[in-house]
Amino acid sequence: MFAIGPVAFATPWLLSLLIALPILWLILRAVPPAPITRRFPGVALLLGLEDPEAETDKTPWWLLLLRALAVAAMIIGFAGPVLNPDERTPGQGPLLVVADASWASARDWSDRRERLDALLAEAARDGRPVALLQLTDLPAPELAFGTPEALRARLPGFEPRPWPVQTDAVLDWLAQVEGTFDTFWMSDGLGYDGRDALLEAFEARGAVRVFESPRVAYALRPPVIDGREVTVDVLRNGGIADASVMVIARGPGPNGISRELGRAEVTFEEGARIAPASFELPPELRNRVTQFEIPGQPTAGAVTLADDGLRRREIALFTGRDDREGLELLTPLHYLRRALAPTADLMEVPFGDALLANPDVVILADVAQLAEAEARALTDWVEQGGLLLRFAGPRLAASEVSRAEEDPLMPVRLRAGGRSVGGAMSWGEPKTLRAFGETSPFFGLAIPEEVVVTAQVMAQPDPDLPQRVIASLTDGTPLVTRKPVGQGQVVLMHVTANAEWSTLPLSGLFVQMLERLAVSSRPAALTAEALAGTVWIPERLLGPFGSLEEAGQLAGIAGETLAEAPLGAEVPPGLYAGSDRVLARNVMGPESEIAATSWPARISVEGLESTRDQPLAGWLLTLALILLALDIIAALWLSGRLRQGTRGGVTGAFIVAMLAGNAASTGPAWAQDGPSSSLDDQLALQATTDVVLAHVITGDRAVDDIALAGLRGLSQVLTNRTSIEPAEPLSVNIETDELAFFPFLYWPITERQSLPSPEAYAKLNRYLRGGGMILFDTRDADVAQFNTDTPGMRMLRRLAAPLDVPPLEPLPQDHVLTRTFYLLQDFPGRYTSRTLWVEAAPPDAEQVDGMPFRNLNDGVTPLVVGGNDWASAWAVSDDGRELVPIGRGFSGRQQRELSYRFGVNLIMHVLTGNYKSDQVHVPALLERLGQ
Amino acid sequence: MSRPKYSEALHTPDSLRHRSETVSGSLPPLMLEAEHLAATIMLGHHGRKRSGMGDEFWQYRPAEVGDGVRTIDWRRSARADTPFVREKEWQAAQSLMIWVDDSASMAFTGGRDRPSKLRRAQTLSMALAILSIRAGERVGLTTLHEPPKAGNIQLIRLAQALMDPVEPDDYGSPVFTQMPSGARAAFFSDFLGDTAGVEKALTSAADRGVKGALVMILDPDEEAFPYDGRTVFESMSGAIRFETLKAKGLREAYIERLAARKDALETLCRRTGWRLDIHHTDHAPEEALLWLYHALERVR
Repeated sequence: MFAIGPVAFATPWLLSLLIALPILWLILRAVPPAPITRRFPGVALLLGLEDPEAETDKTPWWLLLLRALAVAAMIIGFAGPVLNPDERTPGQGPLLVVADASWASARDWSDRRERLDALLAEAARDGRPVALLQLTDLPAPELAFGTPEALRARLPGFEPRPWPVQTDAVLDWLAQVEGTFDTFWMSDGLGYDGRDALLEAFEARGAVRVFESPRVAYALRPPVIDGREVTVDVLRNGGIADASVMVIARGPGPNGISRELGRAEVTFEEGARIAPASFELPPELRNRVTQFEIPGQPTAGAVTLADDGLRRREIALFTGRDDREGLELLTPLHYLRRALAPTADLMEVPFGDALLANPDVVILADVAQLAEAEARALTDWVEQGGLLLRFAGPRLAASEVSRAEEDPLMPVRLRAGGRSVGGAMSWGEPKTLRAFGETSPFFGLAIPEEVVVTAQVMAQPDPDLPQRVIASLTDGTPLVTRKPVGQGQVVLMHVTANAEWSTLPLSGLFVQMLERLAVSSRPAALTAEALAGTVWIPERLLGPFGSLEEAGQLAGIAGETLAEAPLGAEVPPGLYAGSDRVLARNVMGPESEIAATSWPARISVEGLESTRDQPLAGWLLTLALILLALDIIAALWLSGRLRQGTRGGVTGAFIVAMLAGNAASTGPAWAQDGPSSSLDDQLALQATTDVVLAHVITGDRAVDDIALAGLRGLSQVLTNRTSIEPAEPLSVNIETDELAFFPFLYWPITERQSLPSPEAYAKLNRYLRGGGMILFDTRDADVAQFNTDTPGMRMLRRLAAPLDVPPLEPLPQDHVLTRTFYLLQDFPGRYTSRTLWVEAAPPDAEQVDGMPFRNLNDGVTPLVVGGNDWASAWAVSDDGRELVPIGRGFSGRQQRELSYRFGVNLIMHVLTGNYKSDQVHVPALLERLGQ
Repeated sequence: MSRPKYSEALHTPDSLRHRSETVSGSLPPLMLEAEHLAATIMLGHHGRKRSGMGDEFWQYRPAEVGDGVRTIDWRRSARADTPFVREKEWQAAQSLMIWVDDSASMAFTGGRDRPSKLRRAQTLSMALAILSIRAGERVGLTTLHEPPKAGNIQLIRLAQALMDPVEPDDYGSPVFTQMPSGARAAFFSDFLGDTAGVEKALTSAADRGVKGALVMILDPDEEAFPYDGRTVFESMSGAIRFETLKAKGLREAYIERLAARKDALETLCRRTGWRLDIHHTDHAPEEALLWLYHALERVR
């Protein structure tokens, strides 16, 4: 490859074309710019003039330079220049490619694989044998160097593992391998203990190159419940200040499909490695959360699984003995409350209410006899999977419950009276507990020495007693018995829940036992002690990219191992199922942190991009295009075409803009629904800023114009005379416009108007039910008198048929419309028909003696139907002149005035409802009526 | 007030009438002073401060021999012993002849925001005509075969005649088929063509005792010559071509020649008793009209 300094050329021979540049210079110089032709009347004055100088018939030097530069940029661009060509000196000898391939590598795995591919290609060029070592999945201690091609073929199947690197195992492995080799280390960017030791071990075998991605790795700690909040700590290994990360809580939705249940955003401060993300989730929602994750981080570390630890069980507590009020420490429930409150939601409500809430556990502390209904309900609940935990006590011991025959809600029959050991009046020492048997759920729990039992109730030695005992005293008497009932179980502690009969409630064992019985959820930290003796079966495991996958048939893992062993092939992260519980093992523990790597200065660390060649062809060709665009402008300017701001200049600017747009290859994306939604908004704003009267567009231009002018006139009258000050009226298209903004619609009827669509009818019905009013005006009262049937009426009937219209009646004398503002009896418009139809009064409306009018409809009549062509009487032009002549002379003026008064009354009625119908106003109205 | 945008550089008959009504509305009716009263016999509104034919009352005088019986004012005579004759003031109307150059060069406009020279000339001439008609004068076009007439109907005729098809020549020179002696005249043109025609017209008009005004209407581009670069200049019809390699270099010479042309016209006017105004289309037409008002009024 031919190179000049840091730039190399793919096809250097093209550069020879640069020799042609001077020739081009000469040619261009000889050809002047084309003349522009202008029409100019003053040409007569120009005739005979001589050009003072003949210089500009040649192209000016700077334009030549511009063009020459453009051509040069093109030639060089096509010659394929490359900045920083990859010209590493080829290495020799075997090459070991070491990949951390931990969970953190998954964040940019495809980039890593590409880099690996490039590396293998380079090794293939150099003819080096290559071996690949995955630190999270160590092969047999032997290095099998092979051809890079073979390795490249296997590359697509090469995946990271969802756990961190265990350096000890790697060091052991390395100690067993012989030979020298160069190392290419693909680091995951996490600093861990022992990385330096590893580096030294590799350096002992040959040169080490390190590759590290600059991307920040994020991880999540397991969730911690703190009161109502769930806190998930977000970890990172570096990065800038103010970087914000989204954390999502995920769980099954109501339909069982996993969905987002909550999200929180955290912002890292300068240099901070930890930022807590708090979720405030209602208990119902929180109990459904199965995992927290960071979107956009496809790693196992950016997912933390929620197990039973996040579930807070609902526990209903009952005691039969609440007479000793005030003696806190003696209450049977005191120790239970203390033990359970941190990890469970306690309910202490009446019995019937508690079962309705469907608690997970019901605890009966020294409750002997249950009412029959209560017992039946409790039995049903237990059979459906509930856990009933009973504690003994003086009452139970004294009662006849489960004496002669076994109570369904008791695991065993009891002997009368119980027993007392080690007391002042008895022989023997207080008894301690015997170690838990293997079948017991408590197996593995250490028994503290201080736990002693001084009194207990005794089980009758029935045949199935031994199977039901899950804990016993040193002398073999059962201490805890259990019986399955349906899908649930009943557990009896043969001692009291307080410290009267035993010291068990005072010890930590009590809490652990409750935990094992799945009464309480476990605390956040897993301890080998608490899990001792249990076996856990992998249920679902975390994949390397943070997805939960079915575990398949895998062997169970001992509880101690699960709690303590580091994550690895033996204990992969995921969900493990125990007898009653589900445990999650996450990549990050509650105390984990992640840190950035720190490599010694002698090691060269390369990023994903640093070694890449930088092809310059695109830049140079863009430069050539820009220069040519400049040339267009310059040529236009030179010939005077740009000067006048006429089309030439505009075109030039347009071309330049086009070129710039192409070079940037980005264009503005217009929102598709922009104009229409903004129109809707405009209408909404216009209609709601003030009260606005509106009319329905009929499609008949003249009618619509008069209707609008009529409403304008009415609006002016309203503004002048009343406190209603409407804005300029609007025309409404019932098909497309929203009607809800308008309190009142004027609808002139024309014969030729088309019927609204079903959607529009639905809208109209919604409008009428929502309190809107429509004034239908058939505009034919001059011919419609004496009960003739006019075309307008027929049209109105067809139009209003699908409308949800109440029964109508001719306006009665005492209708509220007659007195909402003016006292009116006639409602003339352009015509003076007296018939006006409104919603019928209820049939039971009767006139009370002494009252001038009945107490009529509550609310506004949704329809007013008439034919007086009110809009014509109201109509005024923009400058306030009446548009339509009404009547003759003074009587005409009076008629127009009355029609305005009707309009005022109508709008008052629309806006104030039956306010004036209120009988409170009767005295004042009577006075005004002169009665 | 923002400058009106001209959607069309040229007038239509409607817009011509409308626009010129607007312009002429801003001046008091233009009263032309008749210089040679005796030379015209038609009646106008110019009282001559002597008895004669007209509508306005002038004086009563005792009837003399030769007075017709019909001229005796019987009401006045009844108050005295001798018959009186009622005399009226002698009124005369002036004729205004207008010539608007409608050659191709007048259709030029250098910018979209200004009208063509022709449109401006038409506006001005119609405004002048309207003022004169309102004042009771008679107005005619030199190119028409009919004598000047008064009355609003004449305005419509004028407007139509002004809108007649454009002469195909590049430059026009005043022609008159009608030029009543003693009349007034107003010539609107860019006067960029040959001056011989103008000279001839003006001298022959002066011979007939016609005085008037030349309005040289120029586009600002014609005044400033804002061109550069290699340019081929064409006359409006394309008949005349002139190529330059650097238009900028010609500016001085052009402006010089234009000034010389203005000087020549000025000299010509001074010799014949006419007056010359140079009007630019980017200026308001009222300026030119005001100037015309004074120019036509002042000459006595």
